[in-house]
Amino acid sequence: MNLAEGVQLVSLGLLSFMMLGAALGVVLLTNVVYSAFLLGGTFISAAGIYLLLNADFVATAQVLIYVGAVNVLIIFAIMLVNKRQDFAPLPKAWIRKSATAVVCLGLFSLLTTMVLVTPWNLSAEVASADSSIIEIGKHFFTDFLLPFELASVLLLMALVGAIILARREFLPEESAVAVQQPILTLPERPRELAGVTPGSPDRTIASKPSDRNK
Amino acid sequence: MYTYGRKRRAEHMEGIDLQQTFIRSLTELGIPSGAAKAIWMPLPMLLMIIGATVGVLVTVWLERKISAAAQQRIGPEYIGPLGVLAPVADGLKLIFKEDTVPAKSDPLLFTLGPVIVVIPVFLSYLIVPFGQNLVITNVSMGVLLWISLSSVVPIGLLMSGYASNNKYSLLGGLRAAAQSISYEIPLALAVLAVAMMSNSLSTVDIVDQQSGYGILGWNIWRQPIGFLIFWIAALAECERIPFDLPEAEEELVAGYQTEYSGMKFALFYLGSYVNLVLSALLVAVLYLGGWESPIPTSLLANLAGVSETSAWLEIVDAAVGITMTLLKAYFLVFIAILLRWTVPRVRIDQLLDLGWKFLLPVSLVNLLLTAALKIAFPVAFGG
Repeated sequence: MNLAEGVQLVSLGLLSFMMLGAALGVVLLTNVVYSAFLLGGTFISAAGIYLLLNADFVATAQVLIYVGAVNVLIIFAIMLVNKRQDFAPLPKAWIRKSATAVVCLGLFSLLTTMVLVTPWNLSAEVASADSSIIEIGKHFFTDFLLPFELASVLLLMALVGAIILARREFLPEESAVAVQQPILTLPERPRELAGVTPGSPDRTIASKPSDRNK
Repeated sequence: MYTYGRKRRAEHMEGIDLQQTFIRSLTELGIPSGAAKAIWMPLPMLLMIIGATVGVLVTVWLERKISAAAQQRIGPEYIGPLGVLAPVADGLKLIFKEDTVPAKSDPLLFTLGPVIVVIPVFLSYLIVPFGQNLVITNVSMGVLLWISLSSVVPIGLLMSGYASNNKYSLLGGLRAAAQSISYEIPLALAVLAVAMMSNSLSTVDIVDQQSGYGILGWNIWRQPIGFLIFWIAALAECERIPFDLPEAEEELVAGYQTEYSGMKFALFYLGSYVNLVLSALLVAVLYLGGWESPIPTSLLANLAGVSETSAWLEIVDAAVGITMTLLKAYFLVFIAILLRWTVPRVRIDQLLDLGWKFLLPVSLVNLLLTAALKIAFPVAFGG
């Protein structure tokens, strides 16, 4: 075993460990923000494994799309939802948890047997590392043209849908009736306005002594 | 068609190959070639990290001096000759500052945030070429690798904004992520137009495609719109004025950096300047001919009657290449600093409008135009 093979083996082990650990963290942690960040770790490890398989375009696309776009949007959404509440403990929660565990383990064993039993048609030739993007492009415009175009149509539909949701021109009329909405406030203590209370020294924030030598 | 770049590369294969020379000299000393390779590998990376850090020191000094000149001051003067040691003093101050972690913050994410911001930026230096063989790796993904790595940065910003447990930090982090996502798309489309002309994403191929005609062959003449889009988007990605909304002092204290001090703040500071230098280097590579000098060195050598294969000419060539890349990059850094004192900050809605309603359609049209010109004039647009 030479240097390159050793490095590959060690990185494969590390990446698999990272991926499994991060994925378990995503599912098992109760803090949803941690789960979202660990999801990014899972995606990055998957990109590393693609890189080990000589699929450099897939790896970069994985980082660009899944980490840079999908995961950032998930975190973004979590942080915009300003709601911190503790879940009330459900009665007999163990039934749900064990059912979930049984389903997950069943799925895992099913997939494992599928992977092991299927006679994979493995090609013996080495994957083209340097020109994988060219090969992918050729396939996109020959034998995978229909799925490629269908995917782009799907993306276009999602785009149009997002714009319609954002513009809100096609909302039904009933939204105009419900004017009496409760005023949304951030969860913070009400504080008295500076300068309103009599006797308070009249000064601005910047002239506090601690800020003066800034 | 796509073998064009590869052929060109093979023709250009002459030039200094430090790796081969280093490994050969080590194997002659009796070290097995695998071990020699293992000894070689960390050297360019270390050199690049040191180079990036020194580049930041130079940029910080330039920023102080040019800002001072723009405001008719003198700037740092007594710390070393012309104040060149001022950034070093800054760095030392930040190292010895107390590293405070806010009491109600999330200490783990608070520490991890700046790290995630800095690592991709340094990693992107992998693909910056300073000569035919003076690049850490000539990966075929090249520029795309840089784009995808820079898309990881917003996660670190969101993380530090959230972990600080501070309204201004959270708002700053959210703004940074929104800005970064919006400007990645025009940036990628501008790069795509260049990649289409070069038939490759590798930075070395992109420079090779611009070589041969000196300053006339540079991509800026063929991609003027793309150049402007790329530069605007790169400034927005670096969070420079006029796009420094995430850390707008007057509105958000300092955005996601509010709660940071000491080395963690220094990481953000370092990251932003490394990113600025990196963007300038990439503009130089993509649009200003990379390591090529305005008058081709081979032309000068022919005029002087020097053989192109002589050893000292190759050394001169490499030195000229490194100097040219750095000169172009620092010219762009200079422009960025001048812009800082010339233009006012945009509002967040203007920023997003500019990104989505102006730059995105214009860059799409630019891409379409490039494709049309490539079909119409394959000689000039790399058919």
